[in-house]
Amino acid sequence: MVETSQTESPQPLLRVKELSKSFGGVRAVVAVSFDLYPGELLGVIGPNGSGKTTLVNLITGLVKPDAGLVEYQGRNITGWMPYRVARLGIARTFQMVRPFAALPAFKNLIIPLFSPRVRSLSGGKYGDRDSVAKDLLEEVGFERDSSVTYKPAGSLPHGYLKRLELAKCLALRPDLIILDELFSGLSIAELAGILPIIEKLLVGGTTIIMIEHRLRELFRIANRVVVLNYGRVIAQGKPADVMEQPDVKEAYLGTE
Amino acid sequence: MVVKRKRKERIDRGIKARSDDIFALTSFREMLYVAVPPVLPVLLLLVLPLVLPLYWKKVLISAAVFALLAMSWDFIAAVGMVSLGQALFFGMGAYTTGVLDHYAGLPIWLSIPLATVIGGFLSAILLLPVIRLRGVYFSMVTLVLPLMIERIIEATALFGGTEGITGIQSFPNQWVEVYLVLVVLLLCLFGFRRLMTSDYGLVLKAVSDNDRAVMSAGINIYWSKAQALFIAGSVGSFCGAYLTHVYMFVGMPAFALDYSILPLASAVVGGMGTFAGSVMGAMILVPLSEALRGVGGLRTVIYAISLVVFIVALPEGIFHYIQRKYHQFERWVEVEG
Repeated sequence: MVETSQTESPQPLLRVKELSKSFGGVRAVVAVSFDLYPGELLGVIGPNGSGKTTLVNLITGLVKPDAGLVEYQGRNITGWMPYRVARLGIARTFQMVRPFAALPAFKNLIIPLFSPRVRSLSGGKYGDRDSVAKDLLEEVGFERDSSVTYKPAGSLPHGYLKRLELAKCLALRPDLIILDELFSGLSIAELAGILPIIEKLLVGGTTIIMIEHRLRELFRIANRVVVLNYGRVIAQGKPADVMEQPDVKEAYLGTE
Repeated sequence: MVVKRKRKERIDRGIKARSDDIFALTSFREMLYVAVPPVLPVLLLLVLPLVLPLYWKKVLISAAVFALLAMSWDFIAAVGMVSLGQALFFGMGAYTTGVLDHYAGLPIWLSIPLATVIGGFLSAILLLPVIRLRGVYFSMVTLVLPLMIERIIEATALFGGTEGITGIQSFPNQWVEVYLVLVVLLLCLFGFRRLMTSDYGLVLKAVSDNDRAVMSAGINIYWSKAQALFIAGSVGSFCGAYLTHVYMFVGMPAFALDYSILPLASAVVGGMGTFAGSVMGAMILVPLSEALRGVGGLRTVIYAISLVVFIVALPEGIFHYIQRKYHQFERWVEVEG
């Protein structure tokens, strides 16, 4: 019975309705709406300055919306503080990777591992945070017990910093992960290393939103995409269909 | 053409490498190398009151109080809150103990601990509305608050107004007096150093590093900051409560600018972020200021110049400088380029 009700009318994990935000005169996000279902990977694409990162900030609470609604698991979380959003199980990466530079890489994960969410998920105990942190780093592709794990995060190469960002998300044991341009600046080899991790997360039932410029890689794993331009949703649907639409072509390639 | 230049190279001493992070030390010399830096200053501090004349004992007390205030400054600075108003913490503790002593008649061994906790609590509450302010904006408020409270006490004649409260109990004897502050100083020093390397301390430091990332990791940074303010406020309040019982008086000077500026100067001169630097800075600046009393009118000028010299010559702070010299040696090498 439960299964049929899920397949017939699944409850969206995240529902964004008419979300809007202006900075001064700039309308960064204009009446954006979309639903996100459990286990999905939703791509959010659009040209630079189209409001993708602002949209993430609105969902995660770093920026308060002027109007609109964000619902997570049926609960209205519009304008909640970022830490409360994170405690519900929404984790995010930042486009600009800024690790806690002076700390060794694995110690960077102590911060999310210190959050009350982790304690309540592990039955009121934090456990040995250091070893959990090292396990998480291994999960995102830090070689076990390699010296990289112990190096100050500030000295890590870009590829490792991106993985560290991902590990920081995973530390929260999230239900929804929002990845803000995780692939940017990664080499093909590094991408090949990080894609399986994301696919594994999907198999494990995690729901993911990816803001991405690297469309080819995104389309390989995305179920649906939302295209933003000047803060508005100009198209959404299956990746292949969306790219056929004239509006999208125009936004990406310019008018002919 | 290849140009030869000279460059200074810093290299860890062999003994540092041998004794670093290794718990099975192989020689007496290595054991000393590890043990001397923390143990020697502690012993020195504990022996000093036995040999110093009364006047310099009082200077030591004052230096210890400023060292505590400097550590309290250093602690919240590490959490990203640069305070220009340690006098707030100091004054809160001073007046709380004064009121507990004068109006409630509490004994000294109750009034000081109570004032430490209540003062810390009140300080945190007062700063709670501005806890979201960052950088200079937070600093400005901390600068203004103690000055404002001073004027309020003057205008409303609260707790004795300009007269203050006199006749507060003193310590039973000078040994209790001097060793109480020294023991608290050492407890705070090692306590703070330990705290900052714990996971809790890591989270606090991360708040000043990148508060958005910490929030997104599910941590309520405002609650963390409030806790830090309470801890720093308690340390500052202890200082106020302690000196109130030493002077047997509390009045408006408890909120004076001295208690804000000197701790800051001590922490900067000594080396920020280490706590030991704060102690070192206070132990140099306070006695220096006393020693200059003989100079007369130019005292402040000379004091100011020596402050500038310290900061220009050793911008990293005395503690970091000594630490570096202890662990590393330098040599000039020729490089091409």
